[in-house]
Amino acid sequence: MKELSLNVLDLAQNSLSAGARHITIEICESEEKDSLHIRIVDDGAGMDPDFLKRVTDPFVTTRTTRPVGMGIPLIKMAAEMADGQFSIQSRKGEGTELNASFRLSHVDRMPIGDIAGTVTTLIQGAPEVDFIYIRRTDSGSFEFDTGQIRGLMEGISLREPEVLGWIREYIAQGEAGVMAQEV
Amino acid sequence: MKTIEDLQKIREEMQSKISLRKDDGDSIRVVVGMATCGIAAGARPVLEALVDEVGRRQLKNVIVTQTGCIGVCRLEPIVEVFEKDKEKVTYVKMDPEMARTLVSEHLVNGRVVQAWTIGASE
Ligand SMILES: Nc1ncnc2c1ncn2[C@@H]1O[C@H](COP(=O)(O)OP(=O)(O)OP(=O)(O)O)[C@@H](O)[C@H]1O
Ligand SMILES: [Mg+2]
Repeated sequence: MKELSLNVLDLAQNSLSAGARHITIEICESEEKDSLHIRIVDDGAGMDPDFLKRVTDPFVTTRTTRPVGMGIPLIKMAAEMADGQFSIQSRKGEGTELNASFRLSHVDRMPIGDIAGTVTTLIQGAPEVDFIYIRRTDSGSFEFDTGQIRGLMEGISLREPEVLGWIREYIAQGEAGVMAQEV
Repeated sequence: MKTIEDLQKIREEMQSKISLRKDDGDSIRVVVGMATCGIAAGARPVLEALVDEVGRRQLKNVIVTQTGCIGVCRLEPIVEVFEKDKEKVTYVKMDPEMARTLVSEHLVNGRVVQAWTIGASE
């Protein structure tokens, strides 16, 4: 993947496939601590301990169109390449939490990229699911919650292109507000 | 600056229009493959271009959706078009500009862009 926002999109698609109704995506970056941390939490079907142990292995998948699963191995590799770590916790019937950390200044750390595009794409694909996106930096934090937006829309779907266009710009601008400089 | 008030304005405008997007059997469905292989090959900007172009042209009979792996990773990004009483059309190796042309040619003018279909590429 060329940017971490694409890994996030891919991993949140796993959450959707697992039937999640609430998905939280949190990105924390700190220049002071020289760290970047991505966390994805869902309340989907979860995985049992045996499956979970094997899931970072690129041959584990429950998909049927192709015998290998790549999503989790890819983010694990991206984190480890940048002096970071990857972990995944899951409980059958409760949900899954994924954590990937990176050394912010590491030359092999992939750029975060277009997170607004990722969140908008997720909402377009599953407008009925609650997505919470949190971005933290040394200078502050920005939070976006589709549950709140849906409440304002009085039954008009978040999938409407005009609404998606607004969401995309709103997130991009919220992010710009907490960014000290370009990452 | 985008504000919550802007969103409320969008909502009011949409509420005042008589017909919202309706999903009846006559709609055209445009489906983008969004599994790992699709995403890595550039499916996200293709999806965004489709949504934007359909919105800009106010095509109320078109529904853009996403699916998992379509199964031919090396031909991603893949876009499938489903129309009532017609055969499915599968576009392969798409990019955002092609996606916009697909909307004007295929969805508006009803002309399949043969050169980009899976049949032409195989
Ligand atoms: N959030 C999740 N909740 C429940 N199960 C999950 C979750 N994430 C992954 N899994 C399980 O782990 C498997 C491997 O995931 P991974 O993303 O690595 O590959 P994949 O989704 O199967 O295929 P690919 O991502 O390559 O298209 C999935 O098939 C699914 O069964
Ligand atoms: Mg996956």
